[in-house]
Order: sequence, then structure tokens, then C-alpha cells
Amino acid sequence: MDIIKLKHITKQYDDGFVALKNINLTIESGKFYSLLGPSGSGKSTILRIIAGFSQPSSGQVFFDGKDITDLDAAKRHINTVFQNYALFPHLNVFENVAFGLKIKKQPMDKIKPAVKEALHMVRLDGYANREISELSGGQQQRVAIARAIVNEPKVLLLDESLSALDKRLRKDMQFELRAIQKKLGITFIFVTHDQEEALSMSDEIFVLNDGMIQQSGSPVAIYDEPVNDFVARFIGDSNILSGRMIKDYEVEFANNKFKCADGGIKPNEKVEVVIRPEDLDIVAPEKGNIVVTAQTQLFLGDHFEIKAVDANENEWLIHSTNGVKLGERVGLFFDPEDIHVMRLNESQEDFDARIEKYEGDENEN
Amino acid sequence: MKTKKAFFLVPYLAWIILFVILPILLILWYSFTDSSHSFTLSNYVTFFKNGTFLKMMINSFWYAFLITLITLLISYPAAYFLTKMKNQQLWLLLIILPTWINLLLKAYAFIGILGNNGLVNKFLHLFGIGPVNILFTDFAFIFVATYIEIPFMILPIFNAIKEISPAVIQASEDLGASKWQTFRYVLWPLSRPGVESGVQAIFIPSLSLFMLTRLIGGNKVITLGTAIEEYFMTTMNWNMGATIGVVLIVLMILVMLLTNKKTKRKKVNL
Ligand SMILES: Nc1ncnc2c1ncn2[C@@H]1O[C@H](COP(=O)(O)OP(=O)(O)O)[C@@H](O)[C@H]1O
Ligand SMILES: [Mg+2]
Repeated sequence: MDIIKLKHITKQYDDGFVALKNINLTIESGKFYSLLGPSGSGKSTILRIIAGFSQPSSGQVFFDGKDITDLDAAKRHINTVFQNYALFPHLNVFENVAFGLKIKKQPMDKIKPAVKEALHMVRLDGYANREISELSGGQQQRVAIARAIVNEPKVLLLDESLSALDKRLRKDMQFELRAIQKKLGITFIFVTHDQEEALSMSDEIFVLNDGMIQQSGSPVAIYDEPVNDFVARFIGDSNILSGRMIKDYEVEFANNKFKCADGGIKPNEKVEVVIRPEDLDIVAPEKGNIVVTAQTQLFLGDHFEIKAVDANENEWLIHSTNGVKLGERVGLFFDPEDIHVMRLNESQEDFDARIEKYEGDENEN
Repeated sequence: MKTKKAFFLVPYLAWIILFVILPILLILWYSFTDSSHSFTLSNYVTFFKNGTFLKMMINSFWYAFLITLITLLISYPAAYFLTKMKNQQLWLLLIILPTWINLLLKAYAFIGILGNNGLVNKFLHLFGIGPVNILFTDFAFIFVATYIEIPFMILPIFNAIKEISPAVIQASEDLGASKWQTFRYVLWPLSRPGVESGVQAIFIPSLSLFMLTRLIGGNKVITLGTAIEEYFMTTMNWNMGATIGVVLIVLMILVMLLTNKKTKRKKVNL
């Protein structure tokens, strides 16, 4: 079921800066979404428009099928976990978490068990009487989450909620957030600039850049089939080479012709080719699709990160479980499916239309 | 190192001793002696037995309270909207500017404005009203006192509100609070330190205003401040004047303690 829909949302700030350009997105109930993009791409602006703190310059916001574009933030069944937590410094943990329920004039004998339950959910049992200033960053983060979920919102918005935490704590909280979301069954919209975080937590990701949605889809789809070089570069490491389409399912790059899995592109059109470093296998030089010379090698705990160059001075990034000897010539092997061909400046709609078309052709043949 | 630090403290300590501690001791000494320098409690007995002094005290309190309250009612919204303004520095400057003008000058300016031939009456005359006697009334006294004190209330409140993160206000709205509830449960408690310093900066000096009571209030408003001036300058009864001074100091300390009181939080059992 769709719970939130943004239709043709644009946002121009008072200084004339256009932060969002024709944003369309649909959020389904009960899923974990991420808005992923570099700083300044408009993620927080989208969140503020959904929460009601900011008005779109044009376009509409729908909640549960109703147009809520002009509804006050206080009247939306949406709660937010703010970027710097925004806890009430003059209230203690209990009063912070109880705030929303007290505002709704709930009786104390209802508030207490609800707060207890929420604090338990974020593993802060026994912290009710602490002052906010006595808590660590991670604990404040949990209070902010408890303060929001105690209201049983239908949608929870989280703005870079884990960014201020150190790496260990952040990993823990990623698991916990996901667990809380599963347990409560409410929709989470999580804003982050960290692609790893988005990939590991989300059911669905919206990749943003320059106030536009570049691509949306499941983490696997976005990782495996980036629609343009922005997404390819932003999500994970990748080798991006310029090339030329020969015909359907055949592409030329690095001075070689390769079979690939993409079609529906004009012959001879200039394209870019993405190959993920972990899709490259190191083999004997005569068995490889391409021969390279290893130049640097880093051991990263669970794999080696190798940088190599081929005969045409193209740089290759390879993730391999085994190391290589530096300066040695090795072959790189990859399957046709590992080659992702991207047209220059293709939008997701064009991309989807093309895929549909040539996959249709394929079925006819 | 230590001695060096102590060295820098010398001017400060000298100042405190010369101009704060010694005068207070002197006042205390005067209040407990009579004109022949022998110890007596009679000054205090007179103060608390004689109804006029108590009436003066209540009067002082009442006017100081009114002035502070009206100043606060005007200054809080002003300070709040100031934090939302674009040219804050300019507006602040305009608000601070009048404080650079000497109090006496301002008082005389108001005599010119409020007097029977003043601006206000000339204006009223256009409508065929007046002349109305505005000067030398309670109203004029409170009006001018409020005008003079407003900057000292706006500044601390402005600073306190400015320090509140806008995200905290948004968090309150996000949790369903109306504008009024956000004010009551978040904005007001978080800006209270500013209000407290504003109240202290105004209530305490207002207890002992005497120049304005004379020039604008026309001596119809008698406060402890006027009384002290009377005893020291006119009747030369320094002992009684000092006694009133001591009472005033005690009142001021009480006000300080009251406005600084922290409410203890109840613990909840979940
Ligand atoms: N109040 C504002 N006035 C003008 N420009 C703004 C305002 N808020 C944000 N912006 C601009 O809009 C763009 C998107 O901001 P934001 O949504 O906060 O980005 P993100 O959260 O992705 O980092 C940024 O370039 C930012 O500078
Ligand atoms: Mg942001």
C-alpha cells in the first residue's frame, strides 16, 4: 500500500537556489527506504517537505491518498529523528520521550508503560531519570528514536541519524534500526550520504544528485545496474571506461571487443562501461580478457585491493581474495554479465523503457 | 605563576573592597547607630513600626513589579521577532542606542513631550481634546520607566532565544505541539535564563528609582529610593537613610534568590 507520494515537487529557496527539481516518488507502507546522495543534493529538503517544515514551491505531497501539502507539521502522522537529535535540553530522558504523549493529553498511567516500552526498544532500560547532558552521543541518538517511535507514527523520518556516531557504534545502530523497523512494521525513510549504510539497511534506495532522483530501486539493482556514471561512481568502487557500442550485445572498450548483456543502443554510439572490482578475476595472462600489470596492492582485512594498468594505460581496480606480485603481468577475466553498459546522460525512465524494449525483443526471438 | 595570577587580581579586589564591601559595612554601621554614634536598634524599630515605611516598601515593590511586568510583556515578543529578522545587528543597534543617552536627558525630554504644552497635548489639541495632565501621574512614571528599561530586558531575552536550536522548536512541532504548547513547554523554559537576568536587571534597580519619581512622577510616587534620597540629602538623618538602604539590599538579595531558584525534578518509577 502506498503511504506517501510526492508529485512533481520542486523547491526554490528564497535566495533563488533550486534545491529540488521535479521530484516524484512513492513510498510503500512498512518498508525501509533510503535517500542517498552527496551533501547538498537535497535529501534534507525532501525530508522537511514530507515532515511539513518546509513548503514545496510547486507539486503535491500525499499521505494515505490525501493531499497534505498544506497541512501543519504538528498534524501529520509522521515523526522525525533529527540530524543532531534535537532533544529538549531542559527535560530528562523520561520527559523527552513522554513529550508527544503529554501533548496529546494522554493520562500518566498510559504514558508510563509506553515510555518504558519505547526505552526498552532502544535498549535504554533504567535511563528514564537521566539528564540529556549525562548521555553519550549514541545514547542521545537512542532517546531521539524512542521519543519518535513512542507516538506510533506511520512513517519515521531519520536525517543522517547515525552520521555523528563512531564506526563501531554506527554498525550496531544500523542493525538495531533495521530490527526496530521490522518489529514495529512502520515505514522508515532514512537519509544518508553513506552508500554502504544505504545498501546494507534499505529495501529500496533513492539516489539523489543536484536535486534530482538519479535512480531508484533495490540495493542490488542499483549496485548492479547503475543508470549513469554518477550512480556508478557514487555507489561503490567501479572501473568506468569509455567505449563504443558495436551492435546489440557487443561492445568495444580498452581496444577490444567484448560480448555483453546490454542492447537497445544504436550501433557506434559512444557509451561508458562499468565493471565492479569484485567481478574481476585474476587468471593467467593467456586466459584473461585483458592483460594488466599490477602496480599497487593494499590488504583490507577481507580482500586485497589491487590497482593495475593495461596496455592502453587504463587503470583497473581489482578486489581479490589472493594477492599478486607487483609488476607481474596477469590476466583479468570477466563474464558478459559483469559488463554494465551505460549511455551518456540517460535518465532512469529512458533506461527502464530501453530495458523493457530490448527484453521484449529478446522474448520474441 | 600563582603570584602572577594574584597580582592581576589586585585591582579587582581593591575595587570590590573600596566600592562594594566598605560602603555596605558603612551603611550597616550607620543603620545600627544613632546620631551620637552609639549602638541602637531604634532605626529598625521605627522602620517596621511606622506604617509609612512599610507602605513605601510595598509601594516600591508594586511599582517595580508593574514596570518589570510591562517591560517583559513588551520585550519578550519583541526579542522573539528580532531573532527572526533579517537585519538583526541594525535593529539591535537601534534598541541599544537610547541607552547611550544620559538618564537625566531622557527624563527632561519626556517632560517636554508629556508636559501641558508638550507634543502629546499639541497632538490631542488637534482633536479638540485637552490639555490633559499626563506629566506627574503614575501612568507617566511607569511609561517612562518602562521605556528606559526595555533595552535591558530585550537584550538578555534575545540572546537566550537566539541560543535555542531551531531544530528543537521543530522537534516540538513534529511531536504534535501547537504553537502555544511549543511556547509553553519548550521556548519559554529554554529562554528563562534570559528572562531571569532581564527581571533582575530591571526589578532590582526599579526598587530604588528616585530621579524619575521626582521628575516624571512629580513626587506623587514615593518609593524607598525617594525616601533614601530624602533622608540623606534633605533631613540629613543618615542613620535612618542607611536603615532603609539595608532593607532595600535585603529585598534585592531576596529577589535574586527567588529568580534563581531551580525547581527540583521528580523521579519517575517505570
Ligand atoms: N534555507 C535555505 N536557503 C537557501 N538554500 C538552502 C536552504 N536550505 C538548504 N539550501 C540549499 O539547498 C541544497 C540542498 O540542501 P539539503 O536538502 O540540506 O541537502 P542535503 O541534506 O542533501 O545535504 C543545498 O545546496 C543547500 O545549500
Ligand atoms: Mg542534510
